[in-house]
Parts: sequence; C-alpha cells; structure tokens
Amino acid sequence: MSSREDILHRVRTALGRPEGGPPPAPRPVRLRIPETSLESRMASMIQRIEALAGRVVRVPTPAEAGAWVRRTVAGKQAVVSQAPFLAECGIRDSEDPRELRERCAAAEMGITSADYALADTGTLVLLSSPREARLISLLPPAHIAVVPCNRLLSGLEELFSVLPDPAAAASSMVLITGPSRTADIEQILVRGVHGPGQITAVLVG
Amino acid sequence: MSPRVSLFVTCLVDQLFPRIGLAMADVLERLGFGVDFPEAQTCCGQPAFNSGYREEARLVAGHFLDVFQASEFIVVPSGSCTAMIVRHFAELFHGDAAALERVKSVASRVREFSTFLTEVAGVEDVGARLDDVVTFHDGCHALRELGIHSAPRRLLAHVHGLELREMEPAAECCGFGGTFAVKFAELSGAMARTRIDAIARTGARAVVSLDPSCLMQIQGALSRAGLDIRTLHLAEVLASR
Amino acid sequence: MSRAFEQKIHETLADGRLQQAIYTATGRLKDSRLAVIAEGVLPDYQELRAHANALKKHTIDHLDYYLEQFERNVEARGGRVVFCKDATEVSDFVLSLAKERGARLIVKSKSMTTEEIDLNERLEHHGLESVETDLGEYILQLAHERPYHIVAPALHKTRYDVAGILTERLHVPRETAIEKQTAIARSVLRQKFLAAEIGISGANFLVADSGAVVLVENEGNGRLTTSAPRIHIAVAGIEKLIPRAQDLATFLKLLARSATGQLLSVYTSFLSGPRRAGEADGPDEFYVLLLDNGRTGLLDDPEKRQSLYCIRCGACLNACPVYRKIGGHSFPWVYSGPIGAILTPQFMGAAHEPALPFASSLCGACAEVCPVKIDIPKVLLELRSEVHRDEARRKQNRLEQLAFRAYAWLMRHPRAYEMAGRVAASLAASDGGGGWVRSVPALLNRGPVRAWLSQRDLPPPPPRSFRQMWRQR
Repeated sequence: MSSREDILHRVRTALGRPEGGPPPAPRPVRLRIPETSLESRMASMIQRIEALAGRVVRVPTPAEAGAWVRRTVAGKQAVVSQAPFLAECGIRDSEDPRELRERCAAAEMGITSADYALADTGTLVLLSSPREARLISLLPPAHIAVVPCNRLLSGLEELFSVLPDPAAAASSMVLITGPSRTADIEQILVRGVHGPGQITAVLVG
Repeated sequence: MSPRVSLFVTCLVDQLFPRIGLAMADVLERLGFGVDFPEAQTCCGQPAFNSGYREEARLVAGHFLDVFQASEFIVVPSGSCTAMIVRHFAELFHGDAAALERVKSVASRVREFSTFLTEVAGVEDVGARLDDVVTFHDGCHALRELGIHSAPRRLLAHVHGLELREMEPAAECCGFGGTFAVKFAELSGAMARTRIDAIARTGARAVVSLDPSCLMQIQGALSRAGLDIRTLHLAEVLASR
Repeated sequence: MSRAFEQKIHETLADGRLQQAIYTATGRLKDSRLAVIAEGVLPDYQELRAHANALKKHTIDHLDYYLEQFERNVEARGGRVVFCKDATEVSDFVLSLAKERGARLIVKSKSMTTEEIDLNERLEHHGLESVETDLGEYILQLAHERPYHIVAPALHKTRYDVAGILTERLHVPRETAIEKQTAIARSVLRQKFLAAEIGISGANFLVADSGAVVLVENEGNGRLTTSAPRIHIAVAGIEKLIPRAQDLATFLKLLARSATGQLLSVYTSFLSGPRRAGEADGPDEFYVLLLDNGRTGLLDDPEKRQSLYCIRCGACLNACPVYRKIGGHSFPWVYSGPIGAILTPQFMGAAHEPALPFASSLCGACAEVCPVKIDIPKVLLELRSEVHRDEARRKQNRLEQLAFRAYAWLMRHPRAYEMAGRVAASLAASDGGGGWVRSVPALLNRGPVRAWLSQRDLPPPPPRSFRQMWRQR
C-alpha cells in the first residue's frame, strides 16, 4: 500500500467512514460585511496604516498620484510593476536591462498597485500576475502601493465575498498589513527584517 | 414554613476549616432559611476525579447523590466542589440513564454559596459589617467553570466598613490544583508566591475567596513568607457583625 | 515524574532572570490579546470561536474527503501532493528531489511541523545546507537549540546571548544592539534567499477548495522562502485543512489576535501552486507534503480528536500559569504549554513522560483563550485516567491506587471517615497555639505532607471538626 492509501485508510477507519464519500455540508460561510461609506473606510485605512508606522498619501487624481511618486522616486533606484493602474497614473518603470530579481535586490524602492485594500486592518491585497511580480513588494526596503479608492473594501470579510476563489485569480495572493517586523529578541520591536521596513499607500480618488 | 437548605460543607471545611461551615449556616439562618446538615455527607469525589481515578470518583459521587437526594437546596462553600457536582458528575455516569437522571435532579439543586444568596435568596446586603481592606481571589473553577465573578463582589460591596481592592493581574491560579500541589510541589509553591505577591501589592490586610482549597494554599504561602495578611472565606466576611 | 522533567522544572524555577523573561514576555502577549478581543473591539469574538470550532470539527470528522479534495485542487493548478507517513518519508522526498535538481541550499520559514520531524538535522546529515530564516529560529539554529515558545521562539535569549551566538557562529564583531543584530541576520539571510534552490515552509492552513497553502508571518521570510527559490515545498500536518477559502475570514480574524494581539499579521500569503503561465516570478515547482506522523492515531477517540483543531496560535502558553513558570524547554517534546501537554502523550505515548498530564492545576485558562475551543482540561483529565488504567493493568504505582481505593471506601462510610478524621487530627495536634504549622515530627513528615511543607505552611487541625461542632450547636 502506498503511503497515500495507508494514510487515507487509517483516517477513514478512525473516523468510521469506511466508504469515504462526501460529507454533509459544513456550516455556511460566515461573512458579516458592515455597511460603510467610502469616507469612513478611507479614514479607517489611514488610521490603521499610520498606527503601524506606515504612511498614507491621499491624492484626488491618478495624475497627481503619478506626480507624487515621480517626486518621491527621483534620484533613487526603483522597480515599478506593470500594473495597468500605474500606467494610468503615468508611473512607468525605467529601461533597465537587468533581470527583475537582480533589480529588486538592488533597488531602494518597489512601486506596485494593489488589487484591493482593507480598511479595518490597513491591509493591501496583491495578486501575482504577469503585471505584478511578487518580489517588487518584497525585496526593496521601501514599498509604495498606488491604489484606486474604488478598491477600498471594508475588511477581510468583504474581500472573501468579492473574491471567494483567490486560487482562480493567481498563484499568490498576499495580504500586507504594515511594514515587516519582529520582536524575537527581548520582545523589542524592530522593523524591516526581511520585507520592506517602509510602506506607503497612495490612495487615489 | 421557612424554606430549607442543606449544607454540603465539603470534606476540607469539615476537617480543617469548620468556622467556614458555621459562618455559612449563620448567614443562611439570619436570612430566614432552615438549615440542616445531612450527617452522612463526606466528599464530592473531586480529589479522585482530578487525579484520574474515575471509578473511585464515581463511587464517591454515588454516595453524594444518595445523601442529598431529598434536599430541596444544597448550598456549598466551594466553587470547585460545586463545579465537580454540576459539571462533572454526569461524565462519571456516562451511559447509565437512571444515574444520569439522579445526577440531573440533584445537580440542579446544588448552588455555590455566593450565587445561592444572589440568585435564589435574591439578596446582596446580608447586614454584615467588617472594617477592613480586603482583596478578592477568584478560584479558577468558580470563575471559569461556573462563571462566578460579580456575585461575591456585589455581596462584598454591601458589607459595611469594607473596602475591596482588585488584584492586578486579576485572575491567576493560586497553584493548588488538588494533588498537583504535592506532586509538583516546587511549581505549585512558585505559583502561590506569584499570587501572594499580587495580593500584597494591593495593600489589603486580608484576602477573601469562595474556595477553601485556594484559601489553604494562599494562607500556607502567606504564613511561610511571614506576611501579615489573613485569609477569609466569603461566608466568614458575611457572618461578621 | 522522570528525573529529567523534575530537573528541568527545578532549574527553570531557580533561574530568576529566566523567570522574569518568561513571565514578562507571555504577560505582554496575554495583554495584547485581551486588548483586541475585548467586547468593545471584537463583539462577535465568542461567535467566531464557536464557528471556528464547528468548522474544525466538521473538517476533522471528514478529513479523508477534504484531503482528497485538497489534493485534486493542488494538482489541478500544477502542484503536487505527497502523503508522508513519517519524518523519514518527508526527508527522503526532499533529499531525492534536491539530488534530482542539483540543489544544495535550502531556505526554511518557521514551521513547528518540521521541528517535530527534525527535518533540518536530517537534511544536514545528508550534506544539504538548510537555513532557518525567521529571526528567532535562525538564532536558535545557530545555537543548536529548540524553540522556547510557538510564536516567540527565542523568548529565553537576551541580546547578550544573541551577541555571543552571532559572534561565535558568524565570526562577526560583537554587537549587542538589537537593531544591528537584526540587520546582520537580514544581510546573511538575504544572500541565502537569493541563492537557494529550494524553499521549505510550513502551512498555517491548507484550503481544500482551493488547493492552497496559507502562511501567516510578520517578517517576510515566509514570502521570500516561497517566492525566491525555484522550488517551494510546504510541509504540513494533515490536520491543517479547512474547507473553503472563505472560511479564512473567520480563522484569520482569530489567529493573529490570539497569537500576538495584532489584527492581522504583517503578511498572509495564499499560495495555490507554482507560478502561472506568464506570471513574472514565483516558484516553478510546488509540492505539499501531507504529514501523518501519528496524527491518524489521534482521530480514533472522538473526545480527544479535538486536540487536532489547534491552529498553533500560542495563546494557551501565554495564559498558562504553569508554562509561565516552567517555560518551553521543560516540556519533553517540541510542543510545549497546554497544547503540548495533550499532544505529547498522544503522539509519543504516555510513557514518554507519564507525569506530563498531571503537570497542570486544571485552572482552565487555556480553554478560555483557545480560539478553536479545544477543551484542554477535559483532554488532560482523560489522559490522566488513561495513565492510571494502564498502571492498574501493569500493576504499577500500587500504593497510590490503594490510597485512592481506601479514600473511596472511607468516603462511603461516614462513621469510619469521621473516625479517621479524628485520629488524623489528634496525631497532627500541635501546641503551636493555633498558628499555621511550619514543620512536623519526622514520623509524619513524609509523602504529601512533606511535599506540602516544602513550600508552604500547613493549617493547624481544629480542636473539633465541623460535624462535631454542629452537633453541639
């Protein structure tokens, strides 16, 4: 018997399910989505990110988002993702022939968009794709995410309501809530352990 | 005809802290209850149950059910013994429908002392007087198994002359745990010392609890540490004039 | 209890600095949790717990179905599932894959499951370099030590300890500033992430309807481990399954709050297979190793099965007055605290440390904080009675068995009980003037009496018992 057969057999025997077969349905999914206004979500998002020592910049238009990012990035090595919204903001990657991984490892900043933001926890949701590489928001010590405010959801429950099947969308969905941190030594907080120590959300609209 | 209650004083009170049983009887009588003490009572079986001796615990529990089957109300000056009866007796008679019926019937009439006063007698002021500064130690079984937190505090709030100070941290195990206290003596002692540190920090001159076993552990540690803080069961406070 | 257990407890209790470190660290985690599950902050906390418990119960009660569903979904997205009976099968798989791919360097993110099977040791024995990347775990790896706590593995180390470890193992100049120590580790590990051919992670959750591995972390090493190398291997116990991605809304809400008092951990990764066609980066190969290693044994007993609901938040450790005194290294296995106390005898057999289920005052603080409502005290009591049933069969510990049988007889014979009480009282009677008793004559100073007196005073026996006084009322 293969290990697979052995383990499944043991499980079925222990559970008194010799035939296997589908179970009765589990309890219905529990998603309590609060009614919130965009303004209150904005306020919550800003408050949460700032409480985590992240930074929030609010701009009314994509053009101004682009201007803010270009000013911030000026003179620094940055990697910019191919996210359509960044293009809309006029934020473009530089012509750099080096491989993406190498660039991310050398860059001071990574600029991405985000697929969603979650207001009640100050979270950015990034799905991997041909346009959004994982390493851009991970290797450089600073991460800037430019997010249209129509992507700002109330929280985790609303996320799983609008995206019940993340696996269908991408091989990786990451929820980013603040800068990288640890308190492993003497419970003293240190930021920027492996992931970015500086995180900025540019909320557009 | 005044309502009658039976006392289940617990083996610890019977043998080591009789004052607690007498104080409890005093308070109940003053409230107009007729109090009786079924002499055949001994123990609830908790020491055996907690030590993993289920069969022995079942035998002792069976005796308890016999002794108290005719009692209208059974009042107990111990959170842990009450929890044993109302929460764990059923586990001992698993599969025995007749016994489980008896358990259900008797257990429904068992009350820990402070909740008897607040929920059955419906009183919070028993006319007690004690000029002192005390703190209150929540026994783990009373707190977590029976959900008792506010009843003793409401009763203490009405004791004239009494100041109650809460401990920080609020609720931590005193380290008794039945045979744990002697099987893991050093550890139990360390837990007791942490608890009496919290007691001492309140500046209180006495610590009050619902549980004689906690009081024994705490007083033993206070005495060994040479601290001049006494322990009182809630019944003793409420019996004070 | 075994000499080793007793000795470790004693040493930990005697170490004042360690006592302070354990108590303070767990106290902070305990308070942080309270702040974010409070009535006003998370009003549906109890509801979430009940829901999480029900979901876990359902999944575990039908585990075979969910294992197969998970396997189908992983494979549909280009990944591969390998069922592993034990530690050897896991390491054999990793070693053979590494050999096939010419891999020499492995990076690892934090996984108690891989600790359980000594994976690093096995890989290193075969000449692979397997580097822990979580800061605390990395330091412990350098120091050749086991984690001290599920969530705070290096809780017992001071910055000076860390300085010594880094200097000795990395040959860097002595550095005691914590930020700089972190920077040293970051820089060393960055090179490893970028050079490693294989990344091994654990899994906080396995999502059956998605074929996904969920990783929860704060540092970013989990993301790097699973995104930088060409190959990602997730090693997870079979009990980590949950039915649906949407159930994460419940579990993620509970996990970080219970573990560290955060609303969410910094990074939550939902990984469903190797990179998709066209994706800019991500692993080319994705494996999930589903580990039994004794878990199927815990499924047998419906009462004890709940031991498998654990989501490894560590809240029970922080709440436990025993853990907060004896710390993680007093426990005989990788899992410590209340959850360790119930898992260890079930995985390793009660004989591994027969006293372990008794090392608890049954205060119930663990059950109160468990986000999935495992009734740990109930399982401990069940384990205790199993130890004694086993002893009775083997005719061991006869004195104690006899003592409890005598107790049960006495308690059903009230007159004999009363007599025994009077005899004991007269034996113990002192002229101490009613004060509590510090010492007793040698004849009485044995067994439980001696143990009690080693730590606290005894109450003086009253001149009359309650029942005697009642009769004279």
